[in-house]
Amino acid sequence: MKKKLTTVAFNGTAEQLKQLDELIAKHKGEKGALMPVLQGAQGIYGYLPIEVQKHIALSMDVPLSEVYGVASFYSQFILNPKGEYAVAVCLGTACYVKGAGLLMDKLESLLGIKNGEISADRKFSLDATRCIGACGLAPVLTVNEEVYGRLTPDMIKGILDKYNN
Amino acid sequence: MENMVNVKINNREYSVPANSTVLEAARYAGIDIPTLCYLKDINEIGACRLCLVEVKGARGLAAACVYPVNEGMEIMTNTPAIRKARKTNLELVLSAHKKKCLTCIRSTSCELQKLCLEYGVDEDHFVGNNNEYPLDASTASVIRDNEKCILCRRCVAACKNMQKIGVIGANDRGFDTHIASAFEVQLGTTSCIGCGQCIVACPVGAIYERDDTAKVFDAISDPTKHVAICAAPSIRATLGECFGYEPGTDVEGKMVAAMKALGFDGVYDMNLTADLTIMEEATEFLARFKEGKNLPLITSCSPGWVKYCEHYFPDFTDNLSSCKSPQQMFGALYKTYYAQKVGLDPKDIVFVSAIPCTAKKFEVKRNFQNAAGVPDVDVAITTRELARMIQQAGINFTALKDEKFDEPFDIGSGAGAIFGATGGVMEAALRTAAAVLEGKDLVEVSEVRGTNGIKRATYTLGGAEIKVAVASGTANAKELLESVQNGEKIDFIEIMACPGGCVNGGGQPTQPAVVRNNVDLKTLRASVLYTADKNLDVRKSHENSAVKKLYDEFFGEPASHKAHEILHTKYVKRGL
Repeated sequence: MKKKLTTVAFNGTAEQLKQLDELIAKHKGEKGALMPVLQGAQGIYGYLPIEVQKHIALSMDVPLSEVYGVASFYSQFILNPKGEYAVAVCLGTACYVKGAGLLMDKLESLLGIKNGEISADRKFSLDATRCIGACGLAPVLTVNEEVYGRLTPDMIKGILDKYNN
Repeated sequence: MENMVNVKINNREYSVPANSTVLEAARYAGIDIPTLCYLKDINEIGACRLCLVEVKGARGLAAACVYPVNEGMEIMTNTPAIRKARKTNLELVLSAHKKKCLTCIRSTSCELQKLCLEYGVDEDHFVGNNNEYPLDASTASVIRDNEKCILCRRCVAACKNMQKIGVIGANDRGFDTHIASAFEVQLGTTSCIGCGQCIVACPVGAIYERDDTAKVFDAISDPTKHVAICAAPSIRATLGECFGYEPGTDVEGKMVAAMKALGFDGVYDMNLTADLTIMEEATEFLARFKEGKNLPLITSCSPGWVKYCEHYFPDFTDNLSSCKSPQQMFGALYKTYYAQKVGLDPKDIVFVSAIPCTAKKFEVKRNFQNAAGVPDVDVAITTRELARMIQQAGINFTALKDEKFDEPFDIGSGAGAIFGATGGVMEAALRTAAAVLEGKDLVEVSEVRGTNGIKRATYTLGGAEIKVAVASGTANAKELLESVQNGEKIDFIEIMACPGGCVNGGGQPTQPAVVRNNVDLKTLRASVLYTADKNLDVRKSHENSAVKKLYDEFFGEPASHKAHEILHTKYVKRGL
């Protein structure tokens, strides 16, 4: 799937940058170091901001196009930050046939963001996931660690309201 | 003696070098295996699966381009199973290709089209996920149409592996894979230098130069405009390739005849301003050398190199020669000296340059390139665009009788002629420096000739030791400049953005991979220039009578105030 790019501002700290530089130094001169560095950077920042990818490219003397090529290729690399409340809709087979697509539509319209995006206030992010193994409760969504099952679109507003105060 | 192994290809025995791939071994046996993604040394990735062959004992079909030969290997290159697999793979490539072949810029020179014809494919056999991509026309030089891209990655390899620039790569995956810059920004906002090596690497019509031929045709048909054209040193060595001549054919006379037939009011030789560049640059060098200031002096003829320097080595912009390139010098000269001489208003002149280079399309738009208050050069068209104009105008190129450039800009020396090959500018400068400093007759400076990426030499001139170096291709430029940063002492450096210099420029005729991989185009094309040089009576820039006349009548002397105002320019530190 085509990856979406973040629109929210980068707010990395000096401490995070120090960790990143240590990570890059640790892998210096290693063959195939880009993948572990990107993985580590995602661990530090929670996602791979443009600024971080640029820093990695310059520090490792790898073209930025290659860094972004790898980051956009693997589905485990995330280019968008997660919101304070990360909403994830399971689009696995069972949930999908039970109408998870309609839940996604409802979420997109209520939150005003698309699948893969984050709200401007960074409160909510919205993602589709593969099967999370709760097929008995289909259709399912999660908000951070909280699981909500057997949903219909009209129940979405109530769920969001719990986090909106 | 090279290590050889015995192999059987299509049941016939051959002895081939042990380090060959199956593709190279077959070539050795006179068989061309089709390829789409393979470019020797820079893109050996086995991705397109067109070069499939049968290797006895191997599992499935093997990709010949990355499969090494070994003793006793039995290879089949043309069985029904292979033909079927290649045909299917072509049909899969076509399933996601925008098949606008009738009006495609690469129609009849497209490697995919040629293979489809050979294999008799059904272009609609598979229907792929034909993603829509906007055209990226954000640079002055290069346009990308990803709907035609077949993802062979030859452009990526040219940019990243050959030029060591890497402003494009493969983004996303699966059906969404596409070639673009990081974070999907447009190419025009990146540190792309516009060298166009991606264009000549592309097997299809996914990347091409910004076509400015309509501007030229419009100007020619406008009776209020005086339209002049000048031909860069290298294009007479390559234009013939667009009309069926073998690479390495000199078509200067026909080229001039074609330009006249197109209706230009003046057809001139840029070799003359190449000589003028040498006069200014040699003077500049001697001044800097005397003061020991801003050394090494680095040439500024190649606009791809200049932009590379501004982006990637901004600390070196003070080392760049302040001389405009021969193209810009010509336009500046034409709109000042010539306009005054014949009583033309510079605003009524449309000055066109025919060049081997896509980066020159950016150069004409640069600041500090407007000696007469209007842009020095109005339109820069590549060798390919010139060929297209000749075809569109219905001019039968091969039947043309040779003609000569127009006065007063018709004389170029042998030194100007060799500007189009790597080392040519350095050799031209050395000829003049040797004569001016020591009265020494120096021609044919073999140390700076040839297609090696970096060449170094030391000369003693006027009692002083002068260290020179020549680099072509930005990867080599990078290596050389890093060496200078690390303390290597060099006084004078020539850099060309394209490997081999202008003869291998990004605006030159495209050649299919089979030619690029097996023919030394750089040397063949350069040989035209060196032969022309050899056959000329005047081989040194300062002996060019037309150049002398320019200084006598107009500039006074090299590096005079007037020369500085008209023939020199400034640079910017762009950074990344």
